[in-house]
Amino acid sequence: MKEVLEGRVIKFGDNVDTDQIIPAEFLVTGDPKELAKNAFVKVRPEFNSIVRDGDIIVAGRNFGCGSSREHAPRALMGAGISCVIAKSFARIFFRNSINLGLTLIECDVKANEGDELIVNLKGGTIKNKRSGEVFEFKPLPAFLLKIVEKGGLMEYVKEVLNEKNSGNAR
Amino acid sequence: MGKTISEKIIGNKAGATVEAGQIVEANVDYVMVNDVTGLPAFEQFEKLPKGTMPLKEKIVLIPDHYVPNKDVASAEQAKRMREFAKKYEIKNYFEVGRGGVCHQLMIEKGFVAPGRLIVGADSHTCSYGALGAFSTGIGSTEAAAVMAIGKLWLKVPDSIKITVNGKLDNYVYGKDIILHVIGDIGVEGALYKAMEYYGNTIENLSLSDRISISNMAIEAGGKAGIIPPDDKVFEYLQERIKGNYNPVYSDKDAYYIEDLKYDAADIPPTVSKPFLPSNTAPASEVDVKIDQAYLGSCTNGRIEDLRIAAEILKGRKINPEVRMLVVPASKEVFNQALKEGLIDIFEKADCFVCGPTCGACLGGYMGILADGEKCVATTNRNFIGRMGHKNSEVYLANPAVVAASALEGRIVDPREVL
Repeated sequence: MKEVLEGRVIKFGDNVDTDQIIPAEFLVTGDPKELAKNAFVKVRPEFNSIVRDGDIIVAGRNFGCGSSREHAPRALMGAGISCVIAKSFARIFFRNSINLGLTLIECDVKANEGDELIVNLKGGTIKNKRSGEVFEFKPLPAFLLKIVEKGGLMEYVKEVLNEKNSGNAR
Repeated sequence: MGKTISEKIIGNKAGATVEAGQIVEANVDYVMVNDVTGLPAFEQFEKLPKGTMPLKEKIVLIPDHYVPNKDVASAEQAKRMREFAKKYEIKNYFEVGRGGVCHQLMIEKGFVAPGRLIVGADSHTCSYGALGAFSTGIGSTEAAAVMAIGKLWLKVPDSIKITVNGKLDNYVYGKDIILHVIGDIGVEGALYKAMEYYGNTIENLSLSDRISISNMAIEAGGKAGIIPPDDKVFEYLQERIKGNYNPVYSDKDAYYIEDLKYDAADIPPTVSKPFLPSNTAPASEVDVKIDQAYLGSCTNGRIEDLRIAAEILKGRKINPEVRMLVVPASKEVFNQALKEGLIDIFEKADCFVCGPTCGACLGGYMGILADGEKCVATTNRNFIGRMGHKNSEVYLANPAVVAASALEGRIVDPREVL
């Protein structure tokens, strides 16, 4: 896990649902790059042409509400989004992102489209380079941080399987 | 301090006494994936060390989103599921023509029972709370994790107590109760929380109506929507149940983060207007001309829903400018409708009837809307472009509103036109 992220802001409002992030008709692949081609295609068709590697999404309340499709965080990761900062997240989107290793931060940050942010993940601060304002956020609970630090849920599962296997061998 | 149903079920499955706010690892009874969420789960599973075998007794595979296959890509996806089932000898796989919409099937086939902990890679997995289970939607990667180790991390949710008392008016159903509640508390009113339902209105509801209520907990951001199980549930399960089960009830002194009370008499036939399920209004005040009417989905595609609509459509024809789609939620529902003559009524009313699929509910196929078209639907979401073009609109309602609106060509309150 990187300790500091730096990126340009792409802004969204409240209740961005997973149908907006990746519409259902494109759920015929799990590949992040393929999915990214149609990210926000109905509500913000220019997204794919403006997004750059390392960009940060800043959104309002209840980001990622709706379906359980893991294709939503995958599409954002495929588009190069380094982190999503929102006032709150819908719970399945939150779980999916943690489990895949997409960084989410719950924080009411003031930023405009195109602003540059410096996110200090260990320190729990976000600095807006334009305005100079600094915002603080609470880090993830320890158990979830452990999953993210291991590189996602499947790494944790491998560890559990390993322990079980070595237990059986004894 | 006493415990809520969620605290008790998760505690039982974690082998510990737990309380809201704790993150625990809990043993899962069943994990379900569909054809869309299955593929990424299988890919994750197969990245595990060679020789890792899935816990096949716990796995249920239900193709329903894009089956029968809508195109080559979806055919490949469904094929992957079929192959995964075969490779690992997973017997709980329900092929096209034998199954139906995943949540209806999970309930019909006896996987769901009081006190069980069930997760599914589909957000409407919360439906099973209607039978007193703790069930919730998860992602594909974590579904793969459960397939491998049989357990999952969960944050024990706070619970909201929702009590509904009184008699519902004619043409008012479970669907209207949940739309009314979501309209009141908003689309994140239950974020990260479980909703627990009480009151004589809930006790008097059919199991089918209760499933509509639990099904849409996610539309309030909820983790689960749980109704204490009673004789209606036990009777339903008699012929269906797989294995044993233990009903779980809350303690009298359980702690609820909110305590909401509703009077059934205040709930009219309710419609959620675009583009959020919380954007509710009484059906009588909506008055929108419609192009399509949709009866189906895990929310309202059961035999009880079809009976409500058929009673209204019997001997009539829908408005010539409306297409009405009828999609029974499972093979069992379809067969029952056939036996009762309901399919005949829909056919004669000029409806299009097809076999079970999620289909147009999620804008998949089989009834996509064009630019500017409007649909009144018994489904669960009305987000931007949910059923097709970004400028199309979905209005959520109960089966009686959908049927009556199909007759009139505009959204109506059935009490005013029937």
